[in-house]
Amino acid sequence: MTNSIPEFDETDCFLITGSNTTEAHPLVATHVLRAQRRGAKVIVVDPRRTQIARLADLYLRQRPGTDVAWLNGLMHVIIQEGMYDAEFVESRTEGFEELKAAVAEYTPERVEAITGIPAADLVTAARIYAQAGRAAILYTMGITQHTTGVDNVLSCANLAMLTGHIGRPGTGVNPLRGQNNVQGACDMGALPNVYPGYQPVTSEAVQAKFQEAWGYAPPLRAGLTVTEMTDAAYHGAVKALYIMAENPMVSDPDLNHVRAALERCDFLVVQDIFPTETAEFADVVLPGVSFAEKEGTFTNTERRIQRVRQAIPPLGDARPDWQIICGLAQRMVGMQPTREGRFAGWEYCSPAEIMAEAAALTPSYGGVTYERLEQGSLQWPVPTPDHPGTPYLHKDRFTRGLGRFTAVAYKEPAELPDEEYPFLLTTGRMMFHYHTGSMTRRSEKLEREVPEGYVEISPEDAGRLGLGKSARVRVISRRGTIETRAWITRRVPPGTVFIPFHFAEAAANLLTNPALDPIAKIPEYKVAAVRLERVA
Amino acid sequence: MEYRNVLTTCIYCGVGCGLYLQVLDGQVVGTWPAKGHPLNDGRLCVKGWYAHSFIHHPERLTTPLIRDQKGGPLRQASWEEALDRVAQRLMAIRETHGPDAIAFMASAKCTNEENYLLQKLARSIIGTHNVDHCARL
Repeated sequence: MTNSIPEFDETDCFLITGSNTTEAHPLVATHVLRAQRRGAKVIVVDPRRTQIARLADLYLRQRPGTDVAWLNGLMHVIIQEGMYDAEFVESRTEGFEELKAAVAEYTPERVEAITGIPAADLVTAARIYAQAGRAAILYTMGITQHTTGVDNVLSCANLAMLTGHIGRPGTGVNPLRGQNNVQGACDMGALPNVYPGYQPVTSEAVQAKFQEAWGYAPPLRAGLTVTEMTDAAYHGAVKALYIMAENPMVSDPDLNHVRAALERCDFLVVQDIFPTETAEFADVVLPGVSFAEKEGTFTNTERRIQRVRQAIPPLGDARPDWQIICGLAQRMVGMQPTREGRFAGWEYCSPAEIMAEAAALTPSYGGVTYERLEQGSLQWPVPTPDHPGTPYLHKDRFTRGLGRFTAVAYKEPAELPDEEYPFLLTTGRMMFHYHTGSMTRRSEKLEREVPEGYVEISPEDAGRLGLGKSARVRVISRRGTIETRAWITRRVPPGTVFIPFHFAEAAANLLTNPALDPIAKIPEYKVAAVRLERVA
Repeated sequence: MEYRNVLTTCIYCGVGCGLYLQVLDGQVVGTWPAKGHPLNDGRLCVKGWYAHSFIHHPERLTTPLIRDQKGGPLRQASWEEALDRVAQRLMAIRETHGPDAIAFMASAKCTNEENYLLQKLARSIIGTHNVDHCARL
């Protein structure tokens, strides 16, 4: 997030899109709804009429996968009616003329034809967002999990810059991250193209820095993303996979393909706290521990670094994950020539020592210490020990200097419904379960609330298929088939169905399309074509 | 009887609410929201209220396991044997097929320190940038 959640108490307009906020980020929804009670306007743009959509002051329902079109439409109206922030555009940005030309053809009428959003509603939304004192865009994976995910995010950034709704408290472009430490894992370099602190692996200077620190740094070539790893394992280029606390046999697209890839691995290591669906294929399983059994830090969606504290000793013979990695590293270091470097060693006494090393190599964490975190959380960038941290980004300048508008044109999703597969499938999360369900489905009270998967289907479509309440239904895509239960609801429009991905026994990802965004390599979980059959 | 409250951070979703784990005689028996926390100030969502409830689940893995042949059963092993097996097999595959024949999935559920260490291991010991996690999923 460019901004912070507590700042939402000062926000005048929320543009929420592709986010089921009250279910997936309830404590963010609390801040939004509190702001609404004191007069802030809430606009929701989402194919599903979720709870936050019902509570919104204005709800726009777009056809899934048409986000660039309506975002360009908003900017078209804002420019046409002279509602953009001319001073901000002039002093803080570049590329405005290209943007203006690109959005010129996205008239409200044309946008209505592409997205299904009524032209008048689009104009109303544009006026509310542009004219608010402080407007914040909130989004989640409804924006990113598309073959045009990068285009969608760039369009959100274009809109915020055009209206000057960035670089001030209570504004900004705010992705709400789905997992507790997805931000921190990215910050710490668990990405194939960057070292910790987003230092690119293709930079010679960065390579030299880590060569000096660790005694070795790999060649200047980005590695494989998660989806590319399974593909490479399938085709034989990757022979061994080491999987720490992830469950690709539920979370990844096209699970039949993932299964074949894991079966073909020469050597698969799974480090986890439960026997997951992925661990069924492992050659070695290493028992890690839960958050209650170790020390450490998580970094939340607003870049806030917070402590994780040990409450109980590890269960049985399980070990904190950091100790497992150190034990393995010490063995492997002993099997190769000695490497010289300031941080080449693996003798850590505590996570605090690991953070000290990470902070020394990660400029945005430079001032982070466990002593400081005892006093409270810190939001990066926190470059030095006396720096207070940064609640919101881009105050006086953008990271690159001027903010660059990127002209983006609407493109269709990779797979749309046709005669054979007439429904559009979109997937996501729900209130009571978390990601692949390995923890929540083993939590009695949560599992009791929703013990099985389902497919949301409109009353019109249910009627056409002869489906009664909770009827068993088969959902079939080009990649797989699942059997689940129908939930007849107006949350989805006719022609669209929704399946939560938490349930391994009716796994949405057996159906999903592994088509990727060409830059971010994110799969198109929000649009695939399926057909439905009543189970006799 | 020993009872303690331990201030920590929720493990569900990216918001990072502050909560106390309630520990009674070495068992985590409950969760309580942290008042004054900038994000949740005394509130939690339903998942947060039950953030403790999987910790002592009987299916927890508590010992290393090794599968001696593909398709065979997993058997219990010591840490020595399991870590030796992993180190030897990874180094052998690296020797035969090169560093990029090995790939690492780090985790959005683990700590910053653990993610730092796993990518350090991948890059500085194996020598590959094949390290990612399910940020996109």
